[in-house]
Amino acid sequence: MSAAVDAATAVATPTPTRGRRASELGRAVVRSRTFLFGAAILGFWILDALFWRAIVPHDPSATSTDILVGPSGDHLLGTDNLGRDVFSRVLAGATPVLTVAPLATLIGLVGGTAIGLVAGYHRGLVDDVISRIVDAFLAFPAIVIALLALTVLGSSQVTVILVIGILFTPIIGRTVRSAVLVEREREYVAAARLRGDSAPYVMLAEILPNVTGPIAVEGTVRLGYAIFAAATLSFLGVGLQIPSPDWGLTVAVERVNLSANPWTVLGPAIALATVVVAVNLVADGVRQAVEE
Amino acid sequence: MGRFIAKRLGLSLITLLLVSIIVFAISDVLPGDVGRSILGRSATDAQVAQLDHQLGYDKPLPARYWKLVSGYATGDWGTSPVLNTEVRPLVLRRFGNSLILAAFAFALIVPFSIFMGIVAALHHSRWPDRLISIGGLSLIALPEFVTGVILLVVFAVQLGWFPSSSQVPTASPVDWFRQLLLPSIPLMCVLFGYIARMARAGTVDSLRADYTRTATLKGLPRRTVVRKHVLRNSLLPTISVVSVQIGYLVGGLVVVETLFAYPGIGSLAYDSVQANDITMIEAIVLFTAVLYMLSNLVADILYAALNPRVRLAS
Repeated sequence: MSAAVDAATAVATPTPTRGRRASELGRAVVRSRTFLFGAAILGFWILDALFWRAIVPHDPSATSTDILVGPSGDHLLGTDNLGRDVFSRVLAGATPVLTVAPLATLIGLVGGTAIGLVAGYHRGLVDDVISRIVDAFLAFPAIVIALLALTVLGSSQVTVILVIGILFTPIIGRTVRSAVLVEREREYVAAARLRGDSAPYVMLAEILPNVTGPIAVEGTVRLGYAIFAAATLSFLGVGLQIPSPDWGLTVAVERVNLSANPWTVLGPAIALATVVVAVNLVADGVRQAVEE
Repeated sequence: MGRFIAKRLGLSLITLLLVSIIVFAISDVLPGDVGRSILGRSATDAQVAQLDHQLGYDKPLPARYWKLVSGYATGDWGTSPVLNTEVRPLVLRRFGNSLILAAFAFALIVPFSIFMGIVAALHHSRWPDRLISIGGLSLIALPEFVTGVILLVVFAVQLGWFPSSSQVPTASPVDWFRQLLLPSIPLMCVLFGYIARMARAGTVDSLRADYTRTATLKGLPRRTVVRKHVLRNSLLPTISVVSVQIGYLVGGLVVVETLFAYPGIGSLAYDSVQANDITMIEAIVLFTAVLYMLSNLVADILYAALNPRVRLAS
């Protein structure tokens, strides 16, 4: 009787093989209209971040005597307080954002996956210790602790990436841990253990491929937050520094010129908004595909 | 229930200990030379040594950590070397101001977001749901400084309906809206997205639950099913998400208070960063972390008290 029940559940929930799961996920993601729409906008900005030098109408750092003029045929969004072309600066500003945010997310993903796997797989004391440290990190308002860390460390592209990445590590770690807790009870993990596979092997070769779904969701969601956080830190003056065309920094610097040429601020603000919305749409598409 | 509370309290104490160690590590150990980082490169070595001595940074690490912990435990949060004032009264007064702004934003947006979340769930996958979900998703995505700057330009600078730098409001309700509405809108945009999403997810889950089907099948009218069976269960997860937002809110306050020059704890944090006032930022970080832990603790206990499955399990 119990053997029959076991057989029935085994048929009902077959352990998915690695290759099939990944390609199924890929197809489900591409079917999602939300994902495609977000990916199209994001794709535009990625291309722009890579090749803006070929498409900008003016050198984004070239100053001129046409200070704070409104939009015209020559300057689509007018000029800023140093006579630089706002449109060109907006196009060039995608590069710092799309450098800092993905790298910070990557650090968080690698670190978070590592601690999530270890905590979830070993349980017990290891899990307790890691979970308490994670709780402690989650108690800090991210922006405030980042302000403290960047004040102490000094602001540069590298420190911003590191600080955001380290702050993301416990958050991602918690998500990965709960996914691992479910997987470790499955039969394939028991089989690998009985086979005598080492703990690192079971974690990396058996469990990790089966928790890629939650990691993918968390990664795309975090990417949105990373852009948001990096821009906010730049706006607060502890992120990227002048003369970077970074959008958050530009909004902070140019906000005194709002009444003269509002596009100096609206241009980077709208650009930033489209990138974050695009990443969130992509994240939502990935989430729906994983949940299906 | 008593054991549940005791366990949560114990865990909070451990977290608090770790929080203090992390803050100590960042603000006291990481900079290497605190006096130098406050005074900057132009100060002489003698000046730096004097400030280090004055602030106690020439003592060994365990002694400094003990001073930090015992100071906070006895209510002495230190003295700001930049402003030359005691840290605690200033942080508390600024926090009080922030609380007014945050409470204003919460009071306006929480009921509205929950309502819209429920509306979206009741029209699952139809246009009101799409509209609310995509609207929320887009609003979450807008950094506060983007919304804030646009509001500032349009309503304060161009139209002149609101002051461009907000003050703590007087008792008059008109003044509340005049001073607080503009700075609280960027916060509300982000909060709306989270809370509406959570209320929607909770309602969708309980609409699909067996007890809802039972209630429908035994012939109760839809209104009764929704009010008595669905909403009661759907609002539970929303409580925890509202408490989690308090952590977010502090970050949001830094931005809007700076933008609107509102004298709260967020603009104090920003000013302290500009002035390299590590003592002050340290106090703000510790204070907000403890506040966040307390609010989570309260939310957990409230959640347990409202949820019979948790309440009766222990």
